[in-house]
Amino acid sequence: MIYQASPIAIVLFLAFVGFVLGMSFYFARKAKSAEGYFAAGGTIHWFVNGIAFAGDYLSAASFLGICGMIAVYGYDGFLYSIGYLAGWIVALFVVAEPMKRLGKYTFTDALDSKFNSKSIQLMAAISTLVVSLFYLIPQMVGAGVLVTPLLGLPHWVGVIMVGIIVVLIVATAGMTSTTYVQFLKGGLLIIFSTIICIYLFKNGFTLNPENDGKPYHQFQTIELGKLPASGYKKVAEVTSGGKTFVQLVKPTEITIGDKTETKPINSWWIKDGKLLKETLSKTITADNKELYNGAPKEAQLFFPVGNIAKLPADVKPGEAVGPAEFLSVIERSEINLFPKASFENNGNKVTVWYAKVVSGAKLLRPGMKFLKPGKDGKTSWMAKFNFISLMLALFCGTASLPHILIRYYTVPSQKDARKSTIVAIGAIGFFYILTLFMGLGAMVSGVMDVESGNMAAPLLAKGMGIILFSIISAVAFATVLGTVSGLIVAASGAVAHDIMDNYMSIKMTESQKVMAGKISAIVVGIIAIVLGIIFKGVNVSFLVGWAFAVAASANLPSIIMLLFWKKTTAKGIAASITVGMISSLIILLISPKMAELYYKWWGVIFKAPFELNQPGLISIPLAFITLVIVSLMTQKDNAKLESAENA
Amino acid sequence: MAGHGPAVKLGKDNASEWKSKLGVILFFVYAAFYGGFVTINTVKPKLMGITVVAGLNLAVVYGMGLIVLAIVMGLVYNYFCTKKEDELNGPANVAQGGTE
Repeated sequence: MIYQASPIAIVLFLAFVGFVLGMSFYFARKAKSAEGYFAAGGTIHWFVNGIAFAGDYLSAASFLGICGMIAVYGYDGFLYSIGYLAGWIVALFVVAEPMKRLGKYTFTDALDSKFNSKSIQLMAAISTLVVSLFYLIPQMVGAGVLVTPLLGLPHWVGVIMVGIIVVLIVATAGMTSTTYVQFLKGGLLIIFSTIICIYLFKNGFTLNPENDGKPYHQFQTIELGKLPASGYKKVAEVTSGGKTFVQLVKPTEITIGDKTETKPINSWWIKDGKLLKETLSKTITADNKELYNGAPKEAQLFFPVGNIAKLPADVKPGEAVGPAEFLSVIERSEINLFPKASFENNGNKVTVWYAKVVSGAKLLRPGMKFLKPGKDGKTSWMAKFNFISLMLALFCGTASLPHILIRYYTVPSQKDARKSTIVAIGAIGFFYILTLFMGLGAMVSGVMDVESGNMAAPLLAKGMGIILFSIISAVAFATVLGTVSGLIVAASGAVAHDIMDNYMSIKMTESQKVMAGKISAIVVGIIAIVLGIIFKGVNVSFLVGWAFAVAASANLPSIIMLLFWKKTTAKGIAASITVGMISSLIILLISPKMAELYYKWWGVIFKAPFELNQPGLISIPLAFITLVIVSLMTQKDNAKLESAENA
Repeated sequence: MAGHGPAVKLGKDNASEWKSKLGVILFFVYAAFYGGFVTINTVKPKLMGITVVAGLNLAVVYGMGLIVLAIVMGLVYNYFCTKKEDELNGPANVAQGGTE
């Protein structure tokens, strides 16, 4: 879709980013020691830390990904909200206080506190690096997604911008500034999301939602018999996936810049019995030109979509509703969604989005994405397996995320660790409830960009006015900045503190340690930029689901068993991390989703051996089993450890 | 500001065993509710469509319920842990307790 930058948006955005950077430089002066850099000196107040937790956690995946997925698939997107929050229960009840008791700067310290084992230090540090990188990909993709409508810049510019700003933040200040950035942004995100929801409830429902003052596009229908009289001429007909699409041409007036001219413009229509219905289309011509609804982007023939097709009889358009009523009206309405179809025509690659009426009742229960019934009306076993696997990974993942775990070391005591976790659960839970309203609101407010579901929430704000949009985009961008900073601190901690300082025992002074951390931050930042550019277009929440799966498989079994099973040995932990990490990575690399991406990136056709997109259900138990078996085999090590302690 | 001792220098927390037991119990309670949700979705997804309260279906009520339950259980856990800490460690014990 074509986006034009607005001056207000740019000014607000720059002011916000400038403020964040200023804050970062201010706190930089306080981060001279390694402890200050990696753990903010253990001096952050629990409430600030709690909201900063929310800031870390409510990443691009939540604001962009979940809202986007709800806007496209309905309730299934909300499953992520439920799973992400449930994960905090594991963090609070099982992991928070012991982690605080055991650790110093990083999650590796905590795992290694009992054993002082080189293999744990190395494996835990590698797993921290891998998980952080996996988690960085969706954040960077989210950054690219955001700057396009905000500043009118291409995706890759956004990714590089975030990369540079974050490396600047992290390389100057470390955990203290990261914490305050997260606090600010977590708070603002929740406040402004609440404002969006209040707007939604106040505005109520309408069949023709205006978008930023522009009327909703009325899709045309032509009877086949009346085609000659309509001014359209038929050019081509293509059948794809059981649907028939007809290409028509008509002289149309288009304006590009100051120039207005009348040109023959091709459009695609879907055949429905004796009717032809207008669609949205994007064509990539044989000579690599992009046409939107038959014309170049700049002609702006493409438009946002998504509305209610039929409201229940007792609902008056435009009347304010309460939160429960909002959901129940959607459940009783019929809604226009825009599924896509792709095909080739005369060497041109064509993608068409056509209106399809779906009942609200169907959208407000699971089944549009993860548990979608097949042609026989039944959900396949593999779909069920993937679903359970995803829900397990989300549940186990939170307490295994290195950038979340390091936040426990920024507060002074166990009690503070617990309290800040509860503040986080409250803030995050409240936000996740809002995601359902924002996602569904975007679905029916005529704001959706069919090309990018990720943009649902910011575009919903745009439909309400450019100022709200600018603020929410600046906050969302800061969301990405904050999360990426947190991840980069975690990753640089793994390299500088765990690998260089502990594992390789390189003798470094405090300031050299901080320097090593900063250099690692820059390197990780560059890798993240590259990955962010190549993963463009994949739903950010889906990508975060993967990061959760890898984190849960690699880290959770070790954390849990170390805390609750006395026979756990150092070799058991190292083996469990290795097996969990490698098995989940292999399953992901040979998954159908990656096969799609291999084709998109390199044109390589790879047939996935299993219809398995979510590794958690296999790799998490596998890592547990590995830990138990290896620990039982190496009990002698623990006996030595005990006798050494007693000596 | 920077330069304070990190977590490992904290004194002994007499309540930690009690807290960890309570945490595990609450964890299993929540896990049961969460497991129930995943099971209904997998085995009987149609059940999620039935209207439960205020025109809202089971999917919405159960899903939101899980979020609210997490918040409520968090508060309950904190209440009991703080009480126990004060009881076993003494309320003014800054080294073991909190910042207050």
